[in-house]
Amino acid sequence: MTDQLLYAQLLYGGSGIILVLLGLWSFLVHAPLLRKLIAINVMGAGVFLILVAIAYRGIDTAPDPIPHALVLTGIVVAVSATALALAFGKRLDQDADPE
Amino acid sequence: MIDALPLSVTLPLLGALAVTVSPAHARGLGLLTAVLTTASGLAVTSAVWSDGVLRADLGGWGAPLGIALEADGLSAAFLAMANAVALAISVYAGGYFKQETALHFWPLWLLLWSALNGLFLATDLFNLYVTLELLGLSAAALGARTGTREAVAANLRYLLVGLLGSMSYLLGVALVYAAYGVLDIGLVAEAIEPGPVAWTAMTLMFGGLILKVALFPMHFWLPPAHANAPAPVSAALSALVCKAAFYLVLRLWLDVFAPVLNEAAANLLGVLGAAAVVWGSWRALRAERLKLLAAYSTVAQVGYLFIAFPLLVATPPGLARDNLLAAVVLLALTHGFAKAGFFLAAGMVQKTAGHDRIDDLGGAAQALPAATFAIGLAGVSLIGLPPSGTFLAKWMMLEQAMILGHWWWLVVMMIGTLLAAAYIFRVLSRAFNREPAPYRFVNDARTELPALLLGMIATFGFGIAAQPLWVLLEQGAFG
Repeated sequence: MTDQLLYAQLLYGGSGIILVLLGLWSFLVHAPLLRKLIAINVMGAGVFLILVAIAYRGIDTAPDPIPHALVLTGIVVAVSATALALAFGKRLDQDADPE
Repeated sequence: MIDALPLSVTLPLLGALAVTVSPAHARGLGLLTAVLTTASGLAVTSAVWSDGVLRADLGGWGAPLGIALEADGLSAAFLAMANAVALAISVYAGGYFKQETALHFWPLWLLLWSALNGLFLATDLFNLYVTLELLGLSAAALGARTGTREAVAANLRYLLVGLLGSMSYLLGVALVYAAYGVLDIGLVAEAIEPGPVAWTAMTLMFGGLILKVALFPMHFWLPPAHANAPAPVSAALSALVCKAAFYLVLRLWLDVFAPVLNEAAANLLGVLGAAAVVWGSWRALRAERLKLLAAYSTVAQVGYLFIAFPLLVATPPGLARDNLLAAVVLLALTHGFAKAGFFLAAGMVQKTAGHDRIDDLGGAAQALPAATFAIGLAGVSLIGLPPSGTFLAKWMMLEQAMILGHWWWLVVMMIGTLLAAAYIFRVLSRAFNREPAPYRFVNDARTELPALLLGMIATFGFGIAAQPLWVLLEQGAFG
């Protein structure tokens, strides 16, 4: 049972770390705003996945609620930040072609 | 008195709501909220001063589950500075913005203020993340208020960099929770022990925060974002938002990662700080615009704060270390007042002259004597001439560097000080390049007096009466 728990945590946590690294790489390499935003969101998803993996305590046990609360709050923050960045980007696009 | 703690976070939030509901009275409601918030913030500080550490468990839920607010000497000192500066910025903004633009300014500004007070008072790592993120979002939105292409582009970059910083910080928080199962600063501090996990968490969290403090070489986003924002916002960004991130670095360093730290990490921060001092001062000297100069000067001043870290680590606990710590806080607080005063006065110059090119500032001293005086006073603090708080702080840092035999920090600080003197005198020499003509000293009391007062406090207030800071920091910070 503990082996299963460890494997599950490693699988999800490891995927989370990979997502974070992919997002970070993409954020640094790509210039367009939309790509940077998606990259940041992928990074965010990675961090949330790690938090969810931390919360997992086996099939029979209820998961730890605190990381779940953190993920929920984190998603709200990520959505607001994405919306603000998109609004900025829209403003820049409008300025670019003054029709 | 315990009620003042939640009040200083909720009052600005309520004010932001009230301003949104009743836009016609934005300015009046905003100013009223500003006064009330400052009063509650100062009440917290005075309570910490007399009674020691304050703590409020919201809704009766204590750590590790609930959200608690706590103020010790370090929080109280930063809180007092932030609220005093924010009040001055609010008064200035009341005169600076026209009615229709004021509408967009006040809700965001009050939200930023609430996040700031929350950050200084939060006790667990995740609440710090939330307040940090709120601070970043409202700061980026405020910075783009002028609506020019440069401002929007600069603040979009600021927002993205800020997000990257917060993600890194959050990952560190996740690691800490995975390893120790707690988030409360006090509980983490008890549980933490040196090892790969603590190391990685510290690197991630400090890395994210350094992006937000704009320590060299992560400072690239700061000058355009701060220089293109409206004057009251530039003042808030440089004086308060950067200080909030620095406060967090200091808080984590002292309270959480103290056992994990080693000399190598501190030296790395110190070297980056030294590079920031030299590079920031040099770019400030070469800047063509007044606000850009002020922004680069912020990069340099942040550098001084980080030079203190290797000194702090090398100094054994005791009176010398306490003094050094207080000197760092004094430096941060003085810079808050001075830089806010400088930006507010620069904004006044820009508004009156229609530009802020340093070479064309001729006659500013005649047209705006009070604003020029404020720039001069703030300049005295930025250079570190006596009797400013910066002088005292730098003196103590220099003394400690000499005692430790780390003479290279001394060289860096000397170079920085000389360059600072050069860029301030460059501004003043341009401003005073005409024959003196009789003129009114204050043209627009509402916008010029706050700048003047901030400059006065930075130069005279801290230099002559720095002792209270030591008393305040004895409440918890000198552990």
